[in-house]
Amino acid sequence: MQRISSAEALNQVCQSAKTKIDACKCRILICAGTGCLAGGSGEIYEEMCRLAKDNPDVEIDFKPEIACAGLPGHGLEEEARAAVEKIAGARKDAEAEGIKEEDLDDFAVKKSGCHGFCEMGPLMRIEPLGILYTKVSVDDCKAIFERTVKNGDIIRELLYKQDGIEYARQEDIPFYKKQTRVVLENCGHIDAEHIEEYIARGGYQALVKTLFDMTPEEVIEEVSESNLRGRGGGGFKTGYKWSQVARQPEKQRYVVCNGDEGDPGAFMDRSIMEGDPHRVLEGMMIAAYATGAQEGYIYVRAEYPLAIKRLQNAIAQAEEAGLLGENILGSDFSFKLHINRGAGAFVCGEGSALTASIEGNRGMPRVKPPRTVEHGLFDKPTVLNNVETYANVPGIISRGAAWFKSIGPENSPGTKAFALTGSVKNTGLIEVPMGTTLREVIFDIGGGIKNDGTFKAVQIGGPSGGCLITPQLDISLDFDSLKKMGAMIGSGGLVVMDDSTCMVEVARFFMNFTQKESCGKCVPCREGTKRMLEILERIVAGNGKEEDLDLLEELADTITETALCGLGKTASLPVKSTLKLFREEYLEHVVDKHCASHTCTSLRRFVISPERCKGCSKCAKNCPADAISGRIKEPYVIDNERCIKCGACESACAFGAIHIEW
Amino acid sequence: MKYMTINNRKVAFDDEKNVLSVIRKAGIELPTFCYLSELSTYGACRMCVVEDDRGKIFASCSEEPKDGMVIYTNTPRLQHHRKMILELLLASHCTDCTTCRTNGACILLKLANQLGVNYVRFQNNKPKLPLDYSSPCIVFDPNKCILCGDCVRTCTEIQGLGILDFAHRGSKMRVTTAFDRPLSETACVGCGQCRVVCPTGAITVKQNIHPVWKALSDKDTRVVAQIAPAVRVAVGDKFGLPKGENALGKLVAALKLMGFDQVYDTNFGADLTVMEEAQELVEKIESGDLPLFTSCCPGWVKFCEEKFPELRKHISSCRSPQQMFSAVLKEEARMDTEEKRKTVVVSIMPCTAKKAEILRPEHRTDGEQDTDYVLTTTEITRMIKEAGIDLASIKPGTMDMPFGLSSGGAAIFGVTGGVTEAVLRRLVGSYEPEDLEAIKFTGIRGNDGIKEATVNLKGREVKIAVVNGLKNAGIVMNGIKSGEMYYDFVEVMACRSGCVAGGGQPVPVTPQIKAARTEGIYEIDDEKQIKISSDNPFAMALYDGLLKGKQQKLLHNHHE
Amino acid sequence: MLDQKYYDTADEIIAIHGADQSSLIPIIQDIQTEFRYLPGELLSYVAEKIGITEAKAYSVATFYENFSFEPKGKYVIKVCDGTACHVRKSIPILERLYSVLGLSEDKATTDDMLFTLETVSCLGACGLAPVLTVNDKVYPAMTPDAAEDLIEELRGAE
Repeated sequence: MQRISSAEALNQVCQSAKTKIDACKCRILICAGTGCLAGGSGEIYEEMCRLAKDNPDVEIDFKPEIACAGLPGHGLEEEARAAVEKIAGARKDAEAEGIKEEDLDDFAVKKSGCHGFCEMGPLMRIEPLGILYTKVSVDDCKAIFERTVKNGDIIRELLYKQDGIEYARQEDIPFYKKQTRVVLENCGHIDAEHIEEYIARGGYQALVKTLFDMTPEEVIEEVSESNLRGRGGGGFKTGYKWSQVARQPEKQRYVVCNGDEGDPGAFMDRSIMEGDPHRVLEGMMIAAYATGAQEGYIYVRAEYPLAIKRLQNAIAQAEEAGLLGENILGSDFSFKLHINRGAGAFVCGEGSALTASIEGNRGMPRVKPPRTVEHGLFDKPTVLNNVETYANVPGIISRGAAWFKSIGPENSPGTKAFALTGSVKNTGLIEVPMGTTLREVIFDIGGGIKNDGTFKAVQIGGPSGGCLITPQLDISLDFDSLKKMGAMIGSGGLVVMDDSTCMVEVARFFMNFTQKESCGKCVPCREGTKRMLEILERIVAGNGKEEDLDLLEELADTITETALCGLGKTASLPVKSTLKLFREEYLEHVVDKHCASHTCTSLRRFVISPERCKGCSKCAKNCPADAISGRIKEPYVIDNERCIKCGACESACAFGAIHIEW
Repeated sequence: MKYMTINNRKVAFDDEKNVLSVIRKAGIELPTFCYLSELSTYGACRMCVVEDDRGKIFASCSEEPKDGMVIYTNTPRLQHHRKMILELLLASHCTDCTTCRTNGACILLKLANQLGVNYVRFQNNKPKLPLDYSSPCIVFDPNKCILCGDCVRTCTEIQGLGILDFAHRGSKMRVTTAFDRPLSETACVGCGQCRVVCPTGAITVKQNIHPVWKALSDKDTRVVAQIAPAVRVAVGDKFGLPKGENALGKLVAALKLMGFDQVYDTNFGADLTVMEEAQELVEKIESGDLPLFTSCCPGWVKFCEEKFPELRKHISSCRSPQQMFSAVLKEEARMDTEEKRKTVVVSIMPCTAKKAEILRPEHRTDGEQDTDYVLTTTEITRMIKEAGIDLASIKPGTMDMPFGLSSGGAAIFGVTGGVTEAVLRRLVGSYEPEDLEAIKFTGIRGNDGIKEATVNLKGREVKIAVVNGLKNAGIVMNGIKSGEMYYDFVEVMACRSGCVAGGGQPVPVTPQIKAARTEGIYEIDDEKQIKISSDNPFAMALYDGLLKGKQQKLLHNHHE
Repeated sequence: MLDQKYYDTADEIIAIHGADQSSLIPIIQDIQTEFRYLPGELLSYVAEKIGITEAKAYSVATFYENFSFEPKGKYVIKVCDGTACHVRKSIPILERLYSVLGLSEDKATTDDMLFTLETVSCLGACGLAPVLTVNDKVYPAMTPDAAEDLIEELRGAE
């Protein structure tokens, strides 16, 4: 890539890249997000590339009438005709722009970032029509090439179906239709490994606007005006944060991106970094320009190797193109960007722990004040935002604060990306306007509960968040509404749970997580979470006492009110929230020693049916706890006091005489 | 002047760096484990939480005081949280309080009593970890550690050593050395400052009480004590005497009661040190072989050997007062043909590193260890209590002669700058009040970590640095190494403020207590008729007697 | 004492990141990638080179879960126990692997140095839960049986 040394040069690159993409007769985008890669999309990509390479002179004859055959009512025909015209137009433009014919692709195979619909992966998007093939396998590639690529024939078996309807175009699928994609707009639509693709879609234009048309103060003013709030969980006003950094007397400043998305069940930031890395870079550069920073760091979880690779690649390409480094686009603005890989510590998602980690220290949060905006990384004023926050910035600059505020409620404008997982039909990555209700997310986009189960609760905000139940399905998903309900938006993990989920076990699970991830610095978190976990373990093991519930609440109060950092303060939220909403379930475990969802295996009882038992003694011989007794040829009995619920007897019994009672 | 309201009382403040300091200034003893004003704010124990008028709870150690703030320090919520935090700490702590060495000084126990924690609802299921007895100076018991980090920050921020640090995380977090090595295999200098700040019994002084009692009870053993300059202003601490009061006479009387045969003053040894070191300085000025570093602090000597081996050669060949004196005492015993008993020299020191110093190979004469045992002030305190003696009410006794006599110059060895001042007095050699005052005001007194002075000696400007705290020593050594700094004479004391705040002194050692002890030391000097070491008649007599021809053998080290 | 080539590699890695305290984590990450574990001797060596105390380096290395002073197996298997995987039954998979490999929470690596078994809190592949990874390659929608088959396959490849 040639160095782009001015705004005009960038426009030219944009124009020719756009023309090249538009002139392509068939463009295939194979999802290369972590999810689809695991499903084999890498091999699919290789196979499609091989087919393309083996057939260099393939004749692509995109026939609108074939494309629409057999798919009546999709309105595809008109669009197909428009697409043909558009390709022809782009080819003319190419000629005018001096792009040689041989530089134009008839057929292109690209690796894109996450499309979001992970449940249906591996996914393949075929342009110009925007057709989405789901659950594609390597074996399908040949047919895709012969039929869809060569003449636009749609393979119906690969289309997504819901309620008896086939969906050809990605945008028509209910999962996508109900979404508003702003930060994810490029994810799945561009090749994340090529900077031209980002530029073609208007990338780096916001940077141009800030560098040449706006003063740093105006940039901060615009971001403040947009009322963008931090997407990392705190919901702190981004513009205010920037303005505080900008007014520090110290001139050496840093911009840091928090990509340490550690909440189990959350992968929004990973998808953005993998699928549209330049958007994050552009957001950080605008922040740097606005706050007078010269250097930036992106801190990415070690568990995200692909995100790291894509970001490294993006930085290298941006440097080569002159979009990072000295005198960017010929302006006075210079900016250097580094990537730091996390090393396995959830707590590094906390701001001061993250900067400590970049500095080469233990990732332990420190007391504040001084705040990060005054004394952050290397003790210098630091802007610290998360991935999604930065990804929102280019849009705000390009389209203006008023546009941004037109999405979502006044106090929490914009969209929010969520990772929708658990017992929901359509798991995946979604983006909706703030203020969308949980019901819309879970039932309209998520398609409802898996296996037609019953909705029980949704856990939001990861290990620092709380649970919401049916009566709360209609509350609006925004910072303030959730806070009022004792939950938090967190980074955006939504784990849906059906009635086969034991809420005590869920609380134990989260407490186990926070306890394992506690940095150990402050007493309430280090010692308190350990004790809470002990109590919860006791309860699921059937050894809980009624006073344990009060002790849990007492501990939760002290931890919430006295812990040093935000993670500690919120560590007991899952327990608090389940205790409040599902106290009956706790009491069942404690008093009746009963787990209604049949999850807590220590609470089950193994019983020998006397009528089936032949008295062979095999169960007794297999019992590691000597809990089974009896006489040969007479029914045996299990002593439940001694039984350790291992199930060895059940698998040993040849007569099916042992069953489980809950 | 700004004001805040604490528990409905208006309290003025100006430049206090945090709310906790304002609260304490107002006379409210808010409990803490991890807050020490000389260290960075760590904010981990959460005991200092307070509540504001909107019900927000925050740690006062890390909150900036603001004009008009309204806070409460003792609401039921806060009481509950503090008790819960203590309960949690106690639940993971061993419960051998009755036999714990820190019994009486343990802040955890004190606060549990004070706040009325009467039950612990959790079981201690922490695996028991082995104790580290490897250091001759301190004992580390990880089972008693509450992870307040005071020792870690002291070792790093004050001493610049970083021997101790945290390892692992969460409930597995521990304070330990690199790769959990025994302290004896690290560069630990044994200064004991970690022990001074430890709020529990996790770091304690390595005890030598038992063998000393044994020697005292043995009829065939003559036990001789020497008492270091800084002990006398601290030994009264645990007997209710005013902080910094000179309790030497009482200590002598107690030691006699306990069975010590002779009680002498390490200050006598200090006078010898001044004589030798002053002479060495003059010789070095003349030969130009400078700088010269002091050698009386064993923590510093070890530090220099570990971290700056290339500068080791500048350390004075003089032994420390303890070692000069012990060598003399043992030599005298060897010469005394009438004395049939074995002589055991016990030195009573403010310092844990002295326990390591006596074990060094150069501190053996004719195959015999010069100093047999070092007892720190805390150990002698315990022995006095074990003997059932009340130091507060005992009638003072007097030192045995001839080694009970000493100069004012020797007395001030117990504070930073003291060695330098004594050497300067000796070299200036004047009793004129203005000359003494001139030395005093060269800049070598006071509590700064690095003090500089320039004096005219033998017609030459001599540049002096007086350093206390090993981190500061590191700064000066690096400066000398790189050539950015130049001094002719450098005095180093490993502990901030000098020996009065040594690792073996009674705790707490607050800035106020340090100041009182320092003042006590200077008062002793003020009361002395003899100000200059060379005017100690018994010391001078020794040069013509026992030391004749043996000056090098008994008073100097001979490395390489 | 480690072979000299270990120190030479460490020198190269230090040169890439710069002998600075803030490079500690990237340096020891690269060393770990290179040797599949972090030899204690090299940690001490790096500490000296970048001018921090050994205790501090040890303190940092033990804080982060990724660092291991024990050599790891050729195949590092990570079973995800994030929320989504947990809800979709990841623990039976872990238990099966423990039993198939003869490992436990306290013993993570097989004696033949072929397998190391770990858990990880979330791999971010929640849509494919439950998942595990082998040397960073993700295996989706696992079951205890599929996991056992995978082990056989990897063993067979040896």
